[in-house]
Amino acid sequence: MTLVVNDLTVDHGSIRAVSSVSFTVPTGQLATIIGANGAGKTTLLRALSGLIQPKSGSATWQSNSILNQPPERLARAGILHVADGKSVIAELSVKENLSLPTLWQRDKKSAKSSLDSVFQIFPRLAERINQNAGTLSGGERQMLAIGRAIVAKPKLLLLDEPSLGLAPLIVEQIFQTIKRLQTEMKLTVVLVEQNAMSALKIADEGIVLNLGKVVAVDSAQKLLNDPAVKAAYLGF
Amino acid sequence: MQSRFDSARKRFIAFVLLGWILLLISDRVGELRNYQGAFVAMYSLAIACLILLTGYSGQLSLGQGALMAVGGYSAALTATKLSWHPVVALIMAVLVAGLFGLIIGFAVARLSGPYLSGTTLALAIALPSLANTFPSLGAEEGIIFDVGKAPTRFGEAFSQYKWFFWISALAALISIWLIANLLASKFGRNWKAIRDNQTAAALSGLNPGRLKVTAFAISSAFSGLAGALLVMLISAVSPSAFPLSLSFLILTGAVVTGVYNLRGVVFGALVLVVIPEIADAVVTSLGGSERLTSTLPGFLVSLLLILAVLFTPNGPGHLIHFRKKNTKK
Amino acid sequence: MKLFDTFLTGLSTGSIYSLMSIALVLVWRSTRVINFAQAGQAVLSTYVGYEIIVRTNSFWFGLIAAMIAGAAIGALIDFFFMRALFKRVKSGPIVLVAPVVATLGLLGIIQAITGFIWGLDNKSITPPVTTGGFTIGDRTLPFGPLNLLIVVAVTVSLLILAIIFQRTNIGLSLRASAFSPEISKLSGIKVDAIRTFGWALSGAAGGLAGILFVSNSALNPNAMDVLLVFGFVSAVIGGLDSLIGAVAGGFVLGMAINFAVAYIDTQMIFPTTFLILILVLLLKPSGLFSRSKGRRD
Repeated sequence: MTLVVNDLTVDHGSIRAVSSVSFTVPTGQLATIIGANGAGKTTLLRALSGLIQPKSGSATWQSNSILNQPPERLARAGILHVADGKSVIAELSVKENLSLPTLWQRDKKSAKSSLDSVFQIFPRLAERINQNAGTLSGGERQMLAIGRAIVAKPKLLLLDEPSLGLAPLIVEQIFQTIKRLQTEMKLTVVLVEQNAMSALKIADEGIVLNLGKVVAVDSAQKLLNDPAVKAAYLGF
Repeated sequence: MQSRFDSARKRFIAFVLLGWILLLISDRVGELRNYQGAFVAMYSLAIACLILLTGYSGQLSLGQGALMAVGGYSAALTATKLSWHPVVALIMAVLVAGLFGLIIGFAVARLSGPYLSGTTLALAIALPSLANTFPSLGAEEGIIFDVGKAPTRFGEAFSQYKWFFWISALAALISIWLIANLLASKFGRNWKAIRDNQTAAALSGLNPGRLKVTAFAISSAFSGLAGALLVMLISAVSPSAFPLSLSFLILTGAVVTGVYNLRGVVFGALVLVVIPEIADAVVTSLGGSERLTSTLPGFLVSLLLILAVLFTPNGPGHLIHFRKKNTKK
Repeated sequence: MKLFDTFLTGLSTGSIYSLMSIALVLVWRSTRVINFAQAGQAVLSTYVGYEIIVRTNSFWFGLIAAMIAGAAIGALIDFFFMRALFKRVKSGPIVLVAPVVATLGLLGIIQAITGFIWGLDNKSITPPVTTGGFTIGDRTLPFGPLNLLIVVAVTVSLLILAIIFQRTNIGLSLRASAFSPEISKLSGIKVDAIRTFGWALSGAAGGLAGILFVSNSALNPNAMDVLLVFGFVSAVIGGLDSLIGAVAGGFVLGMAINFAVAYIDTQMIFPTTFLILILVLLLKPSGLFSRSKGRRD
């Protein structure tokens, strides 16, 4: 009942972006993958959600392989990837963006209730329900992107840099929400972040990636106090 | 620098040799082969123009037939209406088609992708009808284009078809030599640069718009010459000489040749000339109907186009190259 | 009076153009390819409609058959051909030109096949209503029952399309997949299947445009080539990305052509078309009806 990544290698064109990466995230845990720009974090996440095909290695979720599967199938199975860059469809309204996962859900009643629960978590979205997503602020877009994933009834949430380009106060707010989602909905979360400090604060576990390789895996608490990690990624 | 001059000299010698060999061959083969050879030369030139435009400057033109039509009409008008020498007519074809390409190029060459391919295709579809609307262009009957007989000093036995072949081959050789030199020059490299990454090229000081228009105009000018040669070979110009299928034909030739390399244009042109022969043979052996005769060549050309795109997308040369790389491993 | 007459005929011509324009835009939005094979798809669907009309003596059965055939042909092309193409042709500079070249090859193949089956000669489709004009008092309008039929048929199908796009789940899937295939996939939408559905819709629109177009003229394997030109120019006027723009573009072009023919010369059809195309490309490449920025790449 865990996410197990074993010896995963992913090429990005002729460049090796992820090289023999292994880690495990137990169910219900929040793991953060931190590392500098170009460490291969995004590529790793894209391979896990089926957007790109890895070169070799394995990845299983609850003992089923998730590699080389179409992303829409993984999404329907509860593996939700929120891509970076506030992935919302700017031309569609807030409501339409949130409704995308309900299009394939059989149970229309529970689809409706999951929409309502998103509006409870993010009241701001309820206020903007008929606005085009393109008119939202950066923070609101991030809420919308996460909200869309929640509507899809996630079990494993893959978040790519939710803090990118947001003001510190908003980042704090988003991260608190992520933590709340993890505990309340019993989600397993993989949070890819450059903002290592904020990410480690809410995470249970931390994985440090450098140039496509895992350089450290430990509890988030220990990594926060690790002098080497501090020096390299936390900016003291 | 030395090596560039060397390769330019080698290219020159190669073209002169090729020309010499072609002349020798033309003496030893029959009328039909000479006539077909003239077509191969004309197609080679047309394909080379498309390779310059699409393979190098990255602009996909689907309407080469329209550019050829402009050249064809200019040549015929020059020779018939102004009664000027056929050689002047051919040069006029180059100039007028080049000017036409420059004007069209200003409108469309700065755009790319769907706009360019759509506009050029629209031109190819509409130009024959446009020609019909102007009475001075001879409407459906068209205008005669006669380059005249070979000079008597070539001897009595020198046939009209051989003369066609000589003109066609010489014009194509000179033009393709010019194009090859152009592609090997700074122009060729700049075109490739804007094709591969327009933004990067613009940042490094190139002017993509101007380069694209230049490519369009040059390609158009030589396409005009190819069109004039085509009109010479069928001795009259009319809208039906430049149907949409002609543009398809040239495109197929270019894709079969490999859009990104000038080498092998003759191969592509040969394919275009051979296809109707094959179609003929098939129809005869099947005892086929008139319908089969009229539709099979088009079918084969289109099939070839699709197969080439599917299986050797970057040209047969690319395939060989790829195989070599694999066997080395 | 001439002004009013020209306006009416422009309406009828424009409605056919906007259907073809929609057919092109639907595929462009989902596949990023101008589907030149549409001229072939439309002609093949129209031949199917023609056969049904000959057999059943009913124009309406033929019209429905043409739309169904168009939808089926469109879906088949995407399912068996475009998918394979995109899978095979992934690298090298050919990627930019391969899809377009392939649709052109398809066009050639379809035209050759239709030519082989039905011959190159003209066939005609008898419309269910008279082609003459309405008479008001002692004046006969250039606009008759057939034109009215065309305008009504196109209006109804445009309304149906609008309802599909704005009010249904599959419409939302279509829009989402067109704007962002990646986000749609990550939201669990089967983008490939949706795209095939888009091709089917486009084919149906093309089939309808085809049969209406030839009810006024003649059917032969190349009959839709010019309609493809008009549809493309309409789509460019509309900005290529917008369905409303495609419709508006069709009417703009239809009006412009009819007015040029009525007031200048009957030979002005193509010159007008190209003048408009070039002007739009030079002055407003993003189209007259598009809010988004121009796509020059």
